[in-house]
Amino acid sequence: MINVILIDDEPLARSMVKEYLQSYPDIKIVAECDDGFEGVKAIAQHQPDLIFLDIQMPKINGFEMLELIDQPPAVIFTTAFDEYAIKAFESHAVDYLLKPFSQERFKKAVKKWLNLPPSKKGEPTLELLESTSPPEERHRIVVKKGSSILIIPIPKIHYLEAYDDYVKIHTAEGFYLKKKTMNHYEQSLDPSQFVRVHRSYMINLSELTRIEPLEKESHVALLKSGARISLSQSGYVRLKEILGI
Amino acid sequence: MSKLTISYSRIITAYAGWWIVWMVVQGYLINQLGFAWTMAAMDAAVTQLALALAGYSINTSMLFYHPSQKNAVYVIIWSVALAVLCVLLQQWILQYLPGDQKAYHQFLEHTLLIRGLFDWFMITLIAILTWFWVYASEQQETAKRNEDAERLAREAELSSLRQQLQPHFLFNSLNSISALVGVHPEQARIMIQQLSDFLRGTLKKDDRQLVSLEEELQHLQLYLDIEKVRFGHRLATIIHRDEASLTLKLPSLLLQPIVENAIKFGLYDTVGEISISITAETKGEHLVIEIKNPFDSFTAQPRQGTGFGLNSIRRRLYLLYSQNNLLVTRSEGNIFTTQLKIPQHP
Repeated sequence: MINVILIDDEPLARSMVKEYLQSYPDIKIVAECDDGFEGVKAIAQHQPDLIFLDIQMPKINGFEMLELIDQPPAVIFTTAFDEYAIKAFESHAVDYLLKPFSQERFKKAVKKWLNLPPSKKGEPTLELLESTSPPEERHRIVVKKGSSILIIPIPKIHYLEAYDDYVKIHTAEGFYLKKKTMNHYEQSLDPSQFVRVHRSYMINLSELTRIEPLEKESHVALLKSGARISLSQSGYVRLKEILGI
Repeated sequence: MSKLTISYSRIITAYAGWWIVWMVVQGYLINQLGFAWTMAAMDAAVTQLALALAGYSINTSMLFYHPSQKNAVYVIIWSVALAVLCVLLQQWILQYLPGDQKAYHQFLEHTLLIRGLFDWFMITLIAILTWFWVYASEQQETAKRNEDAERLAREAELSSLRQQLQPHFLFNSLNSISALVGVHPEQARIMIQQLSDFLRGTLKKDDRQLVSLEEELQHLQLYLDIEKVRFGHRLATIIHRDEASLTLKLPSLLLQPIVENAIKFGLYDTVGEISISITAETKGEHLVIEIKNPFDSFTAQPRQGTGFGLNSIRRRLYLLYSQNNLLVTRSEGNIFTTQLKIPQHP
């Protein structure tokens, strides 16, 4: 038996997929979700083999939802969106169905997944997520703390810190972990707002209060929160450049 | 614009030429009356120079204050005052002219009235010319503004098409229809009908720029009906309007983009059921429409139009009514309100 979950905020769109799935006796729909929050819960609970995922959904979008799952199942995107770089997904996601899609097109996508070698069937789509930034990501970062999901508006971030395979996102309420790289954030965040001042640190300029010299040509940045961030030499130069001093 | 963009230096040359012609005429006349050439020339020069100064003064003040027809009386008073000043100045300077004093002073005395009238006539002439100039410029400006407004309305039509009928609205609606065909074919047919009517309304060549609120609400209702098929389980809309406001006029295709914004904002910024309220009422000389949607004040991004957002609606209203405050937004708690004020006697 193959377990699938449908995640789409429009019931009619889900009923369409349900109808198309009727011709697959081996496939069982174990859950239907209205949004990403329900999606995260249902995936943890049912560990499905495959999910059909819409992109634009309430609060958090399909990509952000996937980021919250440690071992994401195989994904077939179903969306009316063609604004994102679809080409980039097609090589990574199992498939990408543009609404409205025909039964033939749908069958082709399922067949594609069925034909994947077993080792690749559940291949995480993290690689694809790394390469894309849907528009929302320029304004917010979605994180998980315990079992709750939080949305952090970008301006509320004080600074970012590298932490093994994770990035620590420091805010007034404490820090959150996100499985991303510093390079990812250096590329996706507004460079006039966030500056990489060190291999392990990126600071929000509106949080900066002063730069103090430390022994022997090294410097430290003081943030409003009281945090002291050491600057690398190239980081210090970059910071001065952006501040125009 | 081309007619009025005569260069500044040409205006100055023409103005100077005008007074020189009068100077020659006056000099000739005075000489004919038996005064010496030098005398006549000096008299003419003083008179016309003073007049040129007065003319310049009334011209600049009118360009600056843009007097309306109602204020024409001020222009007349100003021109009389200037003429009196002008003639007094001329008399005062001319009495010191060298030459045959007695005869000339007598001449000055006798011609006081005629000089005053001539001065007043000239100043009034310049005032009238200036008034025509100002009036013509204003006409051209209004024409240009109307042209811009028309162009923006056309763009709004296209833009609203591009915006609503691309990914979200059109494709998702078609997807819903596709799903309905399997389970509720009769509802699919209704939705196709609604979508067609909505498209036709958006595409409709609209020569009349203003439509009644009733018409605009009908168009909006088609849109809302389609959105309800997609989001009926989450979306509730409440429309309140007083009977009197139904016949009031507003620019066409104005409400739908704002309501669409509100729905998107409400649906994607919150989970659970949302309610969008639209109220229209008559307040004095205005049709006032308020659109309210819920939002999450913590995570909401500043609303940004993707080319065609609230800003271009504000711009369109400005071009139509030359007022900047017709669209205002406010947020109270978790409710975002967009308020439109449409003047009824522009």
